[in-house]
Amino acid sequence: MDFSAVWDYLAEGANWSGSQGMGAYLVQQLLLTVTSVVAAALIGLPVACWLGHIGRGGALAINISNVGRAVPTFAVLVLLSLGPLGVGELGPYGRAGLATLVALLLFALPPIVTNAYVGLREVDREIVDAARGMGMRGGQLFRSVELPLAMPLVVSGLRLAVVQVWATATIAALVAGPGLGNVVTEGFASGNTAQVVAGALLIAVVAVALELAMAVVEKAAAPVPATRTRIGPEPRPETPASRT
Amino acid sequence: MILALPRGGSHASTLAALPGIDTSSDCYNFVNNSWFCPAYLTDRRAELLAATQEHIWITVVSVLVGALVAYPLALLARRSPAVSAVVLGGSTILYTIPSLAMFSLMLIPPLPGISPWSVVIGLALYTLTILVRNMVAGLEAVPEEVRDAARGLGYGRLKLLLRIETPLAMPVIIAGLRVATVSTVALLTVGSILGYGGLGNLLRLGVQSDFRAQVLTASVLCVALAVAFDLILLGLQRLALPWQRG
Repeated sequence: MDFSAVWDYLAEGANWSGSQGMGAYLVQQLLLTVTSVVAAALIGLPVACWLGHIGRGGALAINISNVGRAVPTFAVLVLLSLGPLGVGELGPYGRAGLATLVALLLFALPPIVTNAYVGLREVDREIVDAARGMGMRGGQLFRSVELPLAMPLVVSGLRLAVVQVWATATIAALVAGPGLGNVVTEGFASGNTAQVVAGALLIAVVAVALELAMAVVEKAAAPVPATRTRIGPEPRPETPASRT
Repeated sequence: MILALPRGGSHASTLAALPGIDTSSDCYNFVNNSWFCPAYLTDRRAELLAATQEHIWITVVSVLVGALVAYPLALLARRSPAVSAVVLGGSTILYTIPSLAMFSLMLIPPLPGISPWSVVIGLALYTLTILVRNMVAGLEAVPEEVRDAARGLGYGRLKLLLRIETPLAMPVIIAGLRVATVSTVALLTVGSILGYGGLGNLLRLGVQSDFRAQVLTASVLCVALAVAFDLILLGLQRLALPWQRG
């Protein structure tokens, strides 16, 4: 394979246009990623914040990530698409859209829940006690003290979820589902190596771009700039979340 | 009307579409397509064993290669903060790349292309993020007094590293190996894009032919393998580090 063939494939406008083009698949996969991360955040964050606030359910919040790591995303996608959810078209989400969305949601939840829970639990107890001493009660304490201090870890959970979901959405093509993985699988099916590598490069570049963009959001979410005195949770070695 | 094509070794499936014929003994034809099917396990035993064997050897080799690369990288990262930033940042970026893309990029020469070694390289690269971090953390957690005592006993740098620091770092390193191995078992299924995905190959073929028993069996075997590897490493940790017990 010649590298110039890959550039030629990427530079050719026709490969980007149309319903089977890279443009449509890219938009479809971004849509899948945003939808499932937003849905997972709407479901997972309130639960994790509540558990973190009252200090219960730690084992559940932590173990959900360990289980998520052992279960192959590919297997879940396959089981859901052969199961009751089926492979029907779902609007802009395409063939097997519902099965894909549910699988993505399931794999977005662990990092979101675990990080938000740990973030809230690691807020310095002395700060919480001081706030209580100043007369703050449940809701106010949560809004004005716990949540702002936990924010960096909450956002870090969202970053892990975005990267994980983007990767999982890629393999939806293996169950004849939506997304950019189709560029790769069609390339393999037609023996077009340049197309396979071009699709893989596009998928990888967008993944890295999403990671970097979310890292910027994460920095912005810190209540105090990192260079000054740290009052939030201690930075700790991050155990990578489940991967696809 | 569905055509009842024979799927396994049993003749019952060819009769499945005919009314009034009991096909309960053959649960994996197109008509029944059950999720649970003991007959599938016995009929396709050889195929299941071969896929499981491929899954095991690719996992073991990938994690071993990853560990052999991660150890010197961790030693380099420990030497200077600049190298540490490059190594940890680089492995984090690699970890961000979706596996389907990673395995497909192996088609770029001189990488091995359509070969099990492409899957091994991709998986080994993924383990680096976890392994380098844990190796650095484990080595840095060795108390300075212990190093001083060893130096006082005349230990040189290499002997200190191999006889004192590395054994003391082992609990953290093995914890990293467990996480790396469990995620490798799961990620390997995507290797089916190159035809070397172990049990993932059965998932891929199963979804193409709408074969529920095969898909469920392969999924369960995958999770069972992940749990088995985790328990084996836990056992090794207990055996190798008796002072960690209790």
